[in-house]
Amino acid sequence: MDSLYAFLSQPLVLSVLLGAIPLVFIIVYALVVLYMEMKVAAHIQDRLAYMRTGWHGVLQPFADMLKLLQKEDVVPVQADQFLFRVAPYVVFAGTYAAYAVLPFSSIYVGANLNLGVFFLIAVSSLVVAGILMAGWASNNKWAIFGGLRSAAQMISYEIPTALSIVVATMIAGSLNLQDVTRFQDGGIQNWIVFGGTLPLTQKLLILPFTLITFVILFVASVAEVNRTPFDLPEAESELVQGFNTEYSGMRFAMFYLAEYANLFLVSAVAVSLFLGGWSSPFGSFLSGPVWGIFWFVMKAMVFVFMQIWIRWTLPRLRVDQLLYTSWKVLTPWLFACIVAIGFILVA
Amino acid sequence: MIESLSLPTNYVTKPDAITTSSGKTIRSQEMIVNMGPQHPSTHGVLRLEIVVDGEIIVDCIPHIGYLHRCFEKHTEHMTNYQQVIPYTDRMDYCSAITNEWSYALAVERMLKIEVPERVEYIRVIMAELQRIASHLIAVGTYGIDSGAFTPFLYSFIDREKILDLFEMTCGARLLYNYVWVGGVSHDLPPGFVEKAKEFVTYFRPRITMLNDLLTYNEIFVKRTANVGVLPRDVAVNYACSGPMLRGSGVNWDLRRDDPYSVYHKFEWEPQVGKGEVGTIGDCWDRHIVRMREMEQSLNIIEQALAGLPEGNVQAAVPKRIRPEPGGEYYGRTESPRGELGFYVVSDGSASPYRVKARGPAFVNLSVLPEISRGAMIADLVLIAGSVDIVLGEVDR
Repeated sequence: MDSLYAFLSQPLVLSVLLGAIPLVFIIVYALVVLYMEMKVAAHIQDRLAYMRTGWHGVLQPFADMLKLLQKEDVVPVQADQFLFRVAPYVVFAGTYAAYAVLPFSSIYVGANLNLGVFFLIAVSSLVVAGILMAGWASNNKWAIFGGLRSAAQMISYEIPTALSIVVATMIAGSLNLQDVTRFQDGGIQNWIVFGGTLPLTQKLLILPFTLITFVILFVASVAEVNRTPFDLPEAESELVQGFNTEYSGMRFAMFYLAEYANLFLVSAVAVSLFLGGWSSPFGSFLSGPVWGIFWFVMKAMVFVFMQIWIRWTLPRLRVDQLLYTSWKVLTPWLFACIVAIGFILVA
Repeated sequence: MIESLSLPTNYVTKPDAITTSSGKTIRSQEMIVNMGPQHPSTHGVLRLEIVVDGEIIVDCIPHIGYLHRCFEKHTEHMTNYQQVIPYTDRMDYCSAITNEWSYALAVERMLKIEVPERVEYIRVIMAELQRIASHLIAVGTYGIDSGAFTPFLYSFIDREKILDLFEMTCGARLLYNYVWVGGVSHDLPPGFVEKAKEFVTYFRPRITMLNDLLTYNEIFVKRTANVGVLPRDVAVNYACSGPMLRGSGVNWDLRRDDPYSVYHKFEWEPQVGKGEVGTIGDCWDRHIVRMREMEQSLNIIEQALAGLPEGNVQAAVPKRIRPEPGGEYYGRTESPRGELGFYVVSDGSASPYRVKARGPAFVNLSVLPEISRGAMIADLVLIAGSVDIVLGEVDR
């Protein structure tokens, strides 16, 4: 027993174990959201979705995963073998690495980096590379279209995302996500979306701009995760399945997992930057490290739900309209917000 | 918020040649992509060979025939004129009633049969129900084409109710074999009229709901307005018909302009595209024409149900139909897709000498390359969807 304890408390072993926590979380969460997505979609569409595997079909995500696990792993002969095989893992790695800086609770954050936000923006760009690799390596014209669209889209929407993150860090005065969250601790009135813990006059002046920034961040993050109305890279009616047309079995499941992990990631980032992260909305009521995890996940889940809701309601934009929205609407508005907030903070 | 990219309608690419430092000339190329026959949004087994420059379509060549079943040849080997009717069902399988009706109309003209008035009313009710069912498929799949999945399921819920009415009447839900030469196969069952009236009152608000959800959605409008504009003269030159023609602002509807059956007794208006959100004849106009035609069909059904006369549902038809030799007759109806006609030639034997079908989907499809040049791939999907083809009828 003692030797086991000694083994577990070695720094390397400990960090591997702590690092695996997000992975476990992602898998459990993906199963939950898979179920949630299908059920929400079904009820929006006046039907029931799966009802037969377990109570109200709760076992269906497991069945789906088992099915994908036992499927043959088809790699097209004409595909670029190495890139094709490695692309899904690159996509997933980019998302997973970003989980390192997410402050799940006041006592748990994978890596308490001072440049946390910066790290997050940097590693999540890896996803674009993976998707381009998949599109190119598939040697399929539809997949290339999907890959190229995806690259254009994600690069364009990283700008508004990054700029709105800048707004939050300006107000909180830190690039460390844990510090940004701590800055907002103490109740709903301290959240950055409502102006943070600034003096009242400053807070009221800043409020409209933080609200606009928050809405823009939400729109941009929907685009970042390639979901309707910005799901052009995998637009079924146009590009069959986009960049993952040729994928099957476990590799396809990796893309799927990465997509859902990314969905939570962007929601979690919005929550920790603008909605107080793990801090309780009622001040000291129901706060603490364990309740912190609860608040963090629940706040993010609200966003996940909203993204699902949007997905099953709206049609899709065309590629030029998509880029127009990013470059000519969201980005200029954000610049205006940054300038205004800068003035208010200095004055 | 979102502005459409304006492109010239006849976009011609000039690939730029670049000379590298080693003296090599590199040229950008256009790419040929096959959309179909296995593709989620070609509405069946249509193959569109598209030449693209990036995302912009330089040319689009439809290839058809994947569903060819020799319909016209089959008809020459029947032992009876009546036996052709189940085959016509399988042409435009989304709107079987109008197919049967067109053919029956041609044969009735051949035999100079007067059809009882009750039959005419039943046929009108059935054809208009069928039009709604068919437009619901068109509108629902159009939603999918534009990326919205939910309208599709909503319209299928409503279509199901129409199919229940058909099932109640003749047992079949898709291919009815209901309209026969000189009559219909079954009289309306007891309770049909009440159920149909119930449907009419149920369905009116559903159209408004579909409009709110899809038609007037900001993104949907931006995607379809000014896209795939079919000018009036081009539409006429290509012999387009149905919502395709009316969407371009041509007020032409066979139910009014070549009156058959009892349509002249009802009050209704053919719907035309007015370019409310863009140019006249764009994809949105064709979509709204379908939406409004459903309302008009409800009006017709309502009036026909109210005025339904009593009587026989089958005229006296000779057991073996042998029309005069050399007789050539054409029967046409306004199907949900446009003018559907059967040209029947008789040589005096028990089966037709020749049957030529004039399918509206086939004719409408021919204009697709004309209106899709210069559009983007995403637009092509919407343009092809707005033509509302049924491959069973295109290929026969």
